[in-house]
Amino acid sequence: MERQSFVFSVFIHACALLLAAVILAPLLWLFIMSISPAADLTAKPLVWWPQSIDFSRYGVLLSSVENSAGAAFVASLVNSILVAGMATIAALALAIPAAWAVSRTPSIGWSLYMVIATYMLPPVALAVPLYFGLAHLGLLNNVFGLALVYLTILAPFTTWLMKSGFDAIPREIEAAAMMDGAGLFATLRIITLPLAAPVMATSALFAFLLAWDEFFYALLFTSDLRAKTLTVAIADLAGGRVSDYGLIATAGVLAALPPVVIGLVMQRALISGLTSGGVKG
Amino acid sequence: MTGTSMTTRAWLLMLPLLAVMIAVIGWPLADTIGLSFTDAKLVGTSGNFVGIDNYVKTLSGSNFQRTLVTTTIFAVVSVFAEMVLGVLAALLLNQQFYGRTVLRGLMILPWALPTVVNATLWRLIYNPEYGALNAALTQIGLLDAYRSWLGEPGTALAALIVADCWKNFPLVALIALAALQAVPRDITAASLVDGAGPFARFRFVILPYLAGPLVVALVLRTIEAFKVFDIIWVMTRGGPANSTRTLSILVYQEAFSFQRAGSGASLALIVTLLVAVLAAAYAVLVRRTAGSNA
Repeated sequence: MERQSFVFSVFIHACALLLAAVILAPLLWLFIMSISPAADLTAKPLVWWPQSIDFSRYGVLLSSVENSAGAAFVASLVNSILVAGMATIAALALAIPAAWAVSRTPSIGWSLYMVIATYMLPPVALAVPLYFGLAHLGLLNNVFGLALVYLTILAPFTTWLMKSGFDAIPREIEAAAMMDGAGLFATLRIITLPLAAPVMATSALFAFLLAWDEFFYALLFTSDLRAKTLTVAIADLAGGRVSDYGLIATAGVLAALPPVVIGLVMQRALISGLTSGGVKG
Repeated sequence: MTGTSMTTRAWLLMLPLLAVMIAVIGWPLADTIGLSFTDAKLVGTSGNFVGIDNYVKTLSGSNFQRTLVTTTIFAVVSVFAEMVLGVLAALLLNQQFYGRTVLRGLMILPWALPTVVNATLWRLIYNPEYGALNAALTQIGLLDAYRSWLGEPGTALAALIVADCWKNFPLVALIALAALQAVPRDITAASLVDGAGPFARFRFVILPYLAGPLVVALVLRTIEAFKVFDIIWVMTRGGPANSTRTLSILVYQEAFSFQRAGSGASLALIVTLLVAVLAAAYAVLVRRTAGSNA
């Protein structure tokens, strides 16, 4: 690397500071709103730094007192975990055999491309029949029904990620195991799946994050505490008559916490997943 | 094992996925196509066959045309800004400075933030009475009186685009950074020896490495921006005066608010077709970029 001139170095550091500020300022403000006294948030001029720190809203939202704002929030939190968890497990169960089959038998690859092409479909193109279908099955406003619908998003995506994962495992290793007398399923269990474990973990995380983030289907197909997810609960709060902006901010912080923690901890795996898909096209 | 039996086995392993995909995507899509030729309501009657009436009415309606323009502006401006900001940020993150690892780590945060939380956050920032943007701009003297950023047709779409860009440009930056790190050091060094200036170096040495990943990011972001629903629904619901109403919002209103399932279905299929045309155009572009690199 050539030696940087002093002016250039100052310029780079200034730009880096600016970028850090752009990224962090909105996030910090969300957190500050969540711990500021309500009066500070409606003061003019606005109080940027809270006079006294107030964590009570976190207690309010995470309390389970019946019919409180907390009970509704906790119920939606549980629903989000249930729906995202079930949809992730189901998507992986469908994706792993299919992805392996396509990876080892390229002649059926066109069927996978058809599945992946559904990514282009706007959810609105499926919404009305899915609504009728769920109503018919009695699965409207139901966590199982919503998890089933989420497979429209999660299954194609995880299959695509898993296929590139299996592609990276040489088939010679499988062939060698079979030569030594292992059957197909023993080979998969002992050789292939352990080697594919990192990709499976990445796929599961992506799937969970996608489901956690989903809003459109949840808005349409859930109506009360039995199935409403966090995204809908937050949109309700934001669009409703809540006068304490800090409470809305607190709900946002809590909903953002799981994906943000996953994002920070798993950064390397997530980025390689994002870019490997991107580079290969 | 023979070729045929391997193919049979592969199909058997594909079967569960295909069966579920047909149930939750194939059948609903076919049903939407059927519905689009009827005057079905969401509740009650199953509707009568009306031929291509829905399509004619939709395509000739001013609602659709105006919404198409709004969606195109949203998609083109936000994706263009995300690409430019993303590449600039990646070039910066590829330089040497104190705290580089930390800053690279922070870039994942906006991406990880749920879309609805992002929309809610910006809605609070733009709040006409107590929002941080009004407060900040007034306190540094750039603004005389508080404004309703999301409440005025002139600023609402721009405010939405800013919120969308903030969430999505870091992803482009991370993809571009990964591509930049694949540029071999000796090539950049050689171009320096050959006397290439910074712009020539970017254009002829670095850009070829960026082109492939960036085109893919461009495709995915454009398709997503064209389908956009969440951020707009939470921040403005398509208002004020329909100035931020995009195609997905229009379909939602038609099919679920006004309960016109048939006409909503025709609209949804027109949107699908537009996205498919976009994707096909890009597929050609991707193939060309791949070809020129080979």
